Amino acid sequence: MIKRISGFFNTFLLIELVRGMVLTGRHLFAKKITIQYPEEKTPQSPRFRGLHALRRYPNGEERCIACKLCEAVCPALAITIESEQRDDGTRRTTRYDIDLTKCIFCGLCEESCPVDSIVETRILEYHGEKRGDLIYTKPMLLAIGDLYEQQIARDRAADAPYR
Amino acid sequence: MDLTIFERFFGPTWPAVWTLAKIVAIVVPLLACVAYLTLWERKVIGWMQVRRGPNRVTFFGLRWLGGLAQPIADAFKLLLKEIIIPSGANRFLFVLAPVMAIMPALAAWAVIPFAPELVLADIDAGLLYVLAITSMGVYGIIIAGWASNSKYAFLGAMRSAAQIISYEIAMGFALVGVLMAAQSLNLGDIVVSQVGRYGFLSWFFIPLFPLFLVYLIAGVAETNRLPFDVAEGESEIVAGFHVEYSGMTFAIFFLAEYANMILVSTLCSIMFLGGWLSPFAFSALNDIAFARWLAAPGFHWLAAKIFVVVFFFLWFRATFPRYRYDQLMRLGWKVFIPITLIWIFVLAVWMMTPLWPW
Amino acid sequence: MTFQQFVFYVLAGILLFAALRVITARNPVHCALFLVLAFVSCAGLWLLLEAEFLAIALVLVYVGAVMVLFVFVVMMLDINLSRMRTGMFSYLPLGLAVALLMVLEMGLVLWSHNVELADMLPPAAPAADYSNTRELGRLLYTEYVYPLEIAAVILLVAIIAAVALTLRRRKNTRYQDPTLQVSVRREDRVRLVSMPPVRRETEGANTAPGVSAAADPQARGAP
Repeated sequence: MIKRISGFFNTFLLIELVRGMVLTGRHLFAKKITIQYPEEKTPQSPRFRGLHALRRYPNGEERCIACKLCEAVCPALAITIESEQRDDGTRRTTRYDIDLTKCIFCGLCEESCPVDSIVETRILEYHGEKRGDLIYTKPMLLAIGDLYEQQIARDRAADAPYR
Repeated sequence: MDLTIFERFFGPTWPAVWTLAKIVAIVVPLLACVAYLTLWERKVIGWMQVRRGPNRVTFFGLRWLGGLAQPIADAFKLLLKEIIIPSGANRFLFVLAPVMAIMPALAAWAVIPFAPELVLADIDAGLLYVLAITSMGVYGIIIAGWASNSKYAFLGAMRSAAQIISYEIAMGFALVGVLMAAQSLNLGDIVVSQVGRYGFLSWFFIPLFPLFLVYLIAGVAETNRLPFDVAEGESEIVAGFHVEYSGMTFAIFFLAEYANMILVSTLCSIMFLGGWLSPFAFSALNDIAFARWLAAPGFHWLAAKIFVVVFFFLWFRATFPRYRYDQLMRLGWKVFIPITLIWIFVLAVWMMTPLWPW
Repeated sequence: MTFQQFVFYVLAGILLFAALRVITARNPVHCALFLVLAFVSCAGLWLLLEAEFLAIALVLVYVGAVMVLFVFVVMMLDINLSRMRTGMFSYLPLGLAVALLMVLEMGLVLWSHNVELADMLPPAAPAADYSNTRELGRLLYTEYVYPLEIAAVILLVAIIAAVALTLRRRKNTRYQDPTLQVSVRREDRVRLVSMPPVRRETEGANTAPGVSAAADPQARGAP
């Protein structure tokens, strides 16, 4: 009975509502946690899964051996590979397309790759301006790999103890 | 200011021109306030949610003005968007509805006294006029909901009609208390009757405190603001009565909502918070030379009070979740109306006793 | 023509047009909205007569409340007016007769010997502190207090009668009491039980202690 009466007064005298307003009122002066994106960025993990890249060995030979494991494992069917025997008898890709509009950035291609060729980099600010811009071909992926090789290698090394 | 040159120029049409000029002088700053109220609302709600709110659109590329140009950018966006009229809609009523929504929100300002003697139309039944005009605002919502030929819009219109009718009664009763205390329906006289020797302690919100609260909450409900925004209810009925509206027609509904918010806050300040009177108008202050300006009445006090009450509107929005519809009806009919009736009775008895100092 | 006359004719024209459309419009919602327009222009006419309290009360009560409910109901009904109109011409003679009778009655009042247009002088210019509302209130609560109270009681009786006639308690309605809902506290519904973590002896025998602790459902926070 006493609880009901006190509950009635709590409601009727708007005490509960005032308590709620005090809470939001305190937050009015709290330190804001918004990150001003282009100027400020959140820290990234070495495991960040962003734009894909194809890597090369230090001697310049591309790593990919066209085993097509990544194509097989890709849950979004974003990877298309065609392969051929090169003049020196090795098996190489002639086509390696990733459709980034399909890709879900799950990282399975990276996991499945036996030669650490296809990797996901930390790049997240890329865009396409017309239809087809987001289908990345083999030369484009290789170029990304060449450009960011240092960072990619550092990230793999940082993650290696946990694999 | 010497206006005789203009008076001679316009000749017999001068009274009409002069009135029009005064109307423009009220409406244009009001619309500017409405525009910046949208920014202020987004800022305040952002801050209460530990965000920063809009801070990018700026003038002349100056970073420290960040966000100040947001309302202008929004206005341009809405102006340039296409107005889509649904195929099954009643075209005339569909376009009429936003006009019906904003007309009362602007027309009610005719009787608002901004400072002593500074009022467009000093009519004796000012309070009744405000009530009558604001009660017409619901037509914009009802017509919009019906003319859109959409289920969600119609549901919003029905909810809004029932809600506004319910809360108007409580609001009217709250105003009855005010006119009893002030012995006048003229808004200027209501403010003048709150003049006292004790500054803000002689305003009406003290003897009429329950009515003040009821008026404030009913005002939130009347303007369809959270937590009473069941007419829009974007999580239940998409956007309620203005689902089908786009571009400028939508913008006018938006303007009407915010203009109504300022209007309700202004009325609240005038009737309960002493209008243009200074909160520090203690008779002792008048003897101190350098503090006299603090006790002087003026428009700035009214503006400050409007600002505070409007801030409460935003604060409510940031704090409370939306009412369930049956609880909203229960609050209006079973709580507010009895409270106001009881307090009117208490007030009548109180005013008959010598304990009534006002 | 003075400005006042001009305003009068404009308002009267709108009023007549709206009133006519109330009975001729095909859509019931349009009818209701034209009725609103008629009320508003009528209020304008009363304002011209310096009866501002009545005019504002008309807008407040009829436009602001009664017609909103009207529109509310009419919008929810799916009325086919053209079907309801089929019998219109058979009722037309009777309707015309009633209308004629009303016109005659009004004419009798207006042109009878004791009331002439010359008798209806414009009201004397009111004093500076004259308040229509105050005068109306004074009259209503002094001279006409009994008729007013009787009218109020009759209206109250009508309201109560209408409620009593339509109110029925259905047995199977489910009703929620918001006060009870609000007053519920967590302690009323949830019982927090504190359970110490238990080690499984059978697994602990052949695995390392750390592994067994991790496998314990309690320690992992599993439900």
